[in-house]
Amino acid sequence: MKNVNRFVPALYILFLLLPIYWLVNMSFKTTNEILGSFTLWPQEFTFENYITIFTDPTWYMGYVNSLTYVSINTALSVAVALPAAYAFSRYRFLGDKHLFFWLLTNRMAPPAVFALPFFQLYSAVGLFDTYWAVALAHTLFNIPLAVWILEGFMSGVPKELDETAYVDGYSFPRFFIKIFIPTIAAGIGVAAFFCFMFSWVELLLAKTLTAVDAKPIAATMTRTASTSGYELGLLAAAGTLTIIPGAFVIYFVRNYIARGFALGRV
Amino acid sequence: MNKIENQKAWFFVLPVLLLVAFNAIVPLMTVVNYSVQETFGDNTFFWAGVMWFEDVLHSERFHAALGRQMLFTFSILAIEIPLGVAIALTMPRKGFWVPVCLVLMALPLLIPYNVVGAMWNIFALPDIGLLGRSLNALGFDYNFTRQPGDAWFTLILMDVWHWTSLVVLLAYAGLVSIPDAYYQAAKIDGAKPFAIFRYIQLPKMKRVLTIAVLLRFMDSFMIYTEPFVLTGGGPGNSTTLLSIDLVKIALGQFDLGPAAAMSLIYFLIILLMSWVFYTVMMRNEAQ
Repeated sequence: MKNVNRFVPALYILFLLLPIYWLVNMSFKTTNEILGSFTLWPQEFTFENYITIFTDPTWYMGYVNSLTYVSINTALSVAVALPAAYAFSRYRFLGDKHLFFWLLTNRMAPPAVFALPFFQLYSAVGLFDTYWAVALAHTLFNIPLAVWILEGFMSGVPKELDETAYVDGYSFPRFFIKIFIPTIAAGIGVAAFFCFMFSWVELLLAKTLTAVDAKPIAATMTRTASTSGYELGLLAAAGTLTIIPGAFVIYFVRNYIARGFALGRV
Repeated sequence: MNKIENQKAWFFVLPVLLLVAFNAIVPLMTVVNYSVQETFGDNTFFWAGVMWFEDVLHSERFHAALGRQMLFTFSILAIEIPLGVAIALTMPRKGFWVPVCLVLMALPLLIPYNVVGAMWNIFALPDIGLLGRSLNALGFDYNFTRQPGDAWFTLILMDVWHWTSLVVLLAYAGLVSIPDAYYQAAKIDGAKPFAIFRYIQLPKMKRVLTIAVLLRFMDSFMIYTEPFVLTGGGPGNSTTLLSIDLVKIALGQFDLGPAAAMSLIYFLIILLMSWVFYTVMMRNEAQ
């Protein structure tokens, strides 16, 4: 039984890593080798694909663009979700339950439904092809999620904490920043992680709302794939590089995640 | 928790409300607007009533896409939920391997959707992909770009690869929150492993599992980029799910009226089913 228990996660992780290995493998091959033969590891090891990406602005600016709008979105979503989640977890007010469900419905809206209207809306307000357009558009599904997660964490904090602080003479803003936010730091970490994740991986809206200046790396990849034919090695290298920021983020929040999941809602 | 009645709490919610409303209500009204009008492309619109809705509801194409969507969503739920729970049960609870497992398992969740599609494409190609080549070497006639069955197999395998980890992480979080005392009590009572699972672990995981089902249901129903990059909806229309069909109509053919009507029906289906899940979930929590 013990051996079986080790075997299952190991096998699952192997299954997860195989496609990633294949992608990394491809990224170090020359186009000739990819199309001409079938090899389990690169025979003519090359960094050329990576050099292309790091020297060509249309490629590396894609990463800068993506990271910029993802950061704006994460900061914005968490910042506005904090007071809202506090209100939902501490107070009853007119229409609170309906409002909460309405917020969640936006998490359910398929991006495909909103792609065209979003394009028209952001063109009309003059934000098309800016970081802000994508960052704001992604708040549609990230704010509800952040509110949902944070509300779960805040409900786990006893109300006596608030009351004690008031007795000690704290004003509300000071209490919120000095005491409450450090208490739910794990929750903020988890919420930020999920906002980062869903904004980083989304493509349809990001692609629809940008043309040149703010084009995300993912869109650069699809356009390259369709225009310059079959540069699989380059595509694989770009794909490999998109995995790295995510891996970093997971590494930093790994302890929060297990704990955070247990306390919060997601 | 006892909540205090306080109408001023609205001020806390206001920023969220404004931002989400800007993003949700204006585009939604645009869609509603298109769905009841007819245009000949010169920016003049005519009232069309519920014509588009009737068209969509009676259209074979919509029924077929919806059928494929249902098949896809329920297949991946039937695989990912039990598999995720099984893996979470066998994961180590403490020690060096816990963070290693968590980091490696969370990896697929943070890969952009189109990279997932592209990765699986080159992984499954019958001539240069590891999976495709291996399956053919084992004697299967496998080619996901030609045979609908193979395309479905690859699509579902890709989704299992991509999202089972979410279920694992959630189920694992539910498991580690069970106090040791429960297991000790079960040991004293001489409970079998299955009894422990059925009467201790499963009830404790109920809440997180409901969230897992809800999230996986919503996200798989909206899936667009991965299948689009992997198969492009083909071969033929065999893997054209709802979103892919919708984008084809809206941005490909620019049939705004039918696309808008279809969008609303599509959104309502997700909303209705999510509402059912949500109500069930809230009732469980209230108990």
